[in-house]
Amino acid sequence: MLMLIVSVTVIASCKEKPAATVRTASEVNGNGPAYGDALVAGTIGEASILIPMLAGDSASHDVSGLIFNGLVKYDTDLSVIGDLAESWDISNDGLVITFHLRKGVKWADGVEFTSEDVMFGYRTIIDEKTPTAYSEDFRQVKKAETPDKYTFRVTYEKPFAPALTSWGNLVVLPKHLLEGKDITKTEFGRNPVGLGPYKLDKWISGQEVILDSYKDYFEGRPYIDRYIYKIIPDAATMFLVLQTGEIDMMGLTPIQYAKQTNTDFFKRNFQKFRYPAFAYTYMAFNLKHPFFQDKRVRQAIAYGIDKGEIVDVVLFGLGSPATGPYVPNTWPYNPAVKKYEYNPEEAKKFLKEAGWEDTDGDGILDKNGRPFKFTILTNMANTLRMNTATIIQWRLAKIGIKVEIRVLEWSTFINQFIDKRRFEAAVLGWSIGLDSDQYDIWHSSKTKEKEFNFVSYNNPEVDELLERGRRTFDIEERKRAYFRLQEILADELPYIFLYVPDATPIVHARFKGIKASPIGISYNLPKWYVPKGLQQHTMEP
Amino acid sequence: MSTYLIKRLLEMIPTLFGITLLSFVIIHLAPGKPTDIFTELNPKITPEARERLEKLYDLDKPIIVQYGLWLKKIVKLDFGESFSSDRRPVMQRIWDSKKPLLERRLFVTFMINLISLVIILLIAIPVGVSSATRRNSLYDKITTTTVFIGFAMPHFWLALLLMIFFGVYLHWLPISGLKSMNYDSLPVWGKIWDLARHLALPIFVSAFGGLAADSRYMRSSMLEVIRQDYVRVARAKGLSEREVIYRHAFRNALLPMITLMGLSVPGLIGGSVIFENIFGIPGMGQLFYMSVMTRDYPMVMGILTIGAILTLLGNLLADLGYMLADPRIRAT
Repeated sequence: MLMLIVSVTVIASCKEKPAATVRTASEVNGNGPAYGDALVAGTIGEASILIPMLAGDSASHDVSGLIFNGLVKYDTDLSVIGDLAESWDISNDGLVITFHLRKGVKWADGVEFTSEDVMFGYRTIIDEKTPTAYSEDFRQVKKAETPDKYTFRVTYEKPFAPALTSWGNLVVLPKHLLEGKDITKTEFGRNPVGLGPYKLDKWISGQEVILDSYKDYFEGRPYIDRYIYKIIPDAATMFLVLQTGEIDMMGLTPIQYAKQTNTDFFKRNFQKFRYPAFAYTYMAFNLKHPFFQDKRVRQAIAYGIDKGEIVDVVLFGLGSPATGPYVPNTWPYNPAVKKYEYNPEEAKKFLKEAGWEDTDGDGILDKNGRPFKFTILTNMANTLRMNTATIIQWRLAKIGIKVEIRVLEWSTFINQFIDKRRFEAAVLGWSIGLDSDQYDIWHSSKTKEKEFNFVSYNNPEVDELLERGRRTFDIEERKRAYFRLQEILADELPYIFLYVPDATPIVHARFKGIKASPIGISYNLPKWYVPKGLQQHTMEP
Repeated sequence: MSTYLIKRLLEMIPTLFGITLLSFVIIHLAPGKPTDIFTELNPKITPEARERLEKLYDLDKPIIVQYGLWLKKIVKLDFGESFSSDRRPVMQRIWDSKKPLLERRLFVTFMINLISLVIILLIAIPVGVSSATRRNSLYDKITTTTVFIGFAMPHFWLALLLMIFFGVYLHWLPISGLKSMNYDSLPVWGKIWDLARHLALPIFVSAFGGLAADSRYMRSSMLEVIRQDYVRVARAKGLSEREVIYRHAFRNALLPMITLMGLSVPGLIGGSVIFENIFGIPGMGQLFYMSVMTRDYPMVMGILTIGAILTLLGNLLADLGYMLADPRIRAT
């Protein structure tokens, strides 16, 4: 805190003194946190709307995430901590959650934030007329109340563990500005008033979104005065723009991280980060297909694929082999499941047990006269997945399985093949939510068209575990359920879990205070700063 | 003349109707829906939520009913609202009259295309004429090769090379966007200079690629004219070569250029996707591409309809231009 006061004084005094003195002052005092400067982040996609509950794209969520806060948020170790809620109580039966809100938090227009704003957001999100995709978690709520200005209470039919974290920034909206208005028709979506660390200054379609720091932010004024999203739709261009200094931050591709940013120029001017992304890539089997109904065949294929090789070749080592649907080093991740180290002999043995042998000597296994040939589908414009499929094709050829690869445009791929179950195997990826509930992906009731258990996986024990995991708030009990879930999945292999890629952002070296964590780097953005002597963009008054 | 004009304009109506109907059916045939961006492989979305969304966008109705709804609005010149999540009116996304000119997509694309069209004509016409009069000379071969290199070279590749050279290596030119961060604080000439620096590469790339067609048209049209009897007569009268070419041949050789100009009218508002993406230029090409990828039907239909109207008008203008310029056509 002392440091902070010192820097403020420096800023204040700078204004009156001649430039030369400023320089000395900043050199003396140049390393501590200081207000000022702007961070320019490159982004491929442009935000479409800045009301979180209406936004479907990640660009919109990125920007609106800086403008709106939620009642709760994730800490760096994935535990849930208070944000606008100071604390909360969960009743013993897990049905009632009572949030105690912070007092004195103000919207950017000066009006105080109260429980009425949460109530308003909740009512809006469950309104039939609101075109939101996120209402389901809130439809589980039986009753919502605001006993007083700073208390918000919800009652559920059944205990529902993901419920707590659903009270993030989707449902906090300024009632005093939006009440009685059609949320789809107001200018609010392009000109929002929030209470987060940044507020919208200017949004120029197709060019940039400029955010100014909110000086009265309840956790303290962010150090960096401006946060600018510069829209650069082409990935190759973005990397060039990074080198000209027009942007300060972007996500690197594996090849850029591993091969193209090791020069002195990059080492001098940039800092690179690396942490597992909340996503994994997998090969899914259509479990209705006769080839893949036998567990031994799926296990054989797992033995026949070298995951480490895929990580090394496709990701230049920037990732880790996946063993299940969770990210390593997070609480639900079970490190002790069956791993299937690459072992072609074991693979052949399993296939033989399952009745697959090369009887006609053409190099391809067969059974009852049918050769073991199948097609892997994947989507266009994702080179990582295409390369992965190619390596799998090559490896499986060595154990006598002939694989074709078919690359499809995304909409066709999903609508015509995955949704209609017209596939044998597919290489795809999931981004996983921070909550560990994966009911929709593995539960046997979720196999209808357009639902997400598209491999038609059906295991009563798994169903039971998924139920148990989402019906309790006790983290130890959830952990037990999800550990067991991973053991079963690793044994039965409805998917072959291939890899968890690393997120690899790069940020200009003048930004200090960035600490990579399991949830990324941007969680403490308001605390990033540029020491006075290194600041580049000065603000006009 | 005026009956001709009215007849032509009336003929445009059924054509336009046919174009919109075809476009509407075709974009709806493409797999996927506007709601996919929310719902596709997103485990948080239940089928009920998806149905609710589809209903909100009238996507549950038969396609012909959807077309009827769209048509009902369009006859009142209402292009409807975009399906993108901010639900802004289609026209506002194309031409937002509340924003400065440089923030209106249509203006940006129009400006760039117009400048590059003017540059193309200024270079292509002299090049075409001079290479026709010096047919098969070394000069002809060099210019031909050069314009074809420009035509054949992939735009994105040339663009990236120039960006690396002028932006990253020499640090002379900015490589993305339309203006610098401090644009608003610049004086007027500073703004123009800033804009010019940002537009130099995009305009160069688009003009270089467009040279081939126009200069080759000009060359062949010139060659044809030179062979005509009246040129021979002019020569026989003893006029200087200069006068023969520029007073007699050139004016006639320009006639096909009227068609070419007519055809380039719709092109003025249709930006190139690749090119706008690479240079980060917020124009119509980007908007159209994004709209197609997200199956934003009203947006796609809006842009297609405007394009169709401009194409038809361009053709009409070309015909009228001919009538004005060429007495032989007026007579028939």
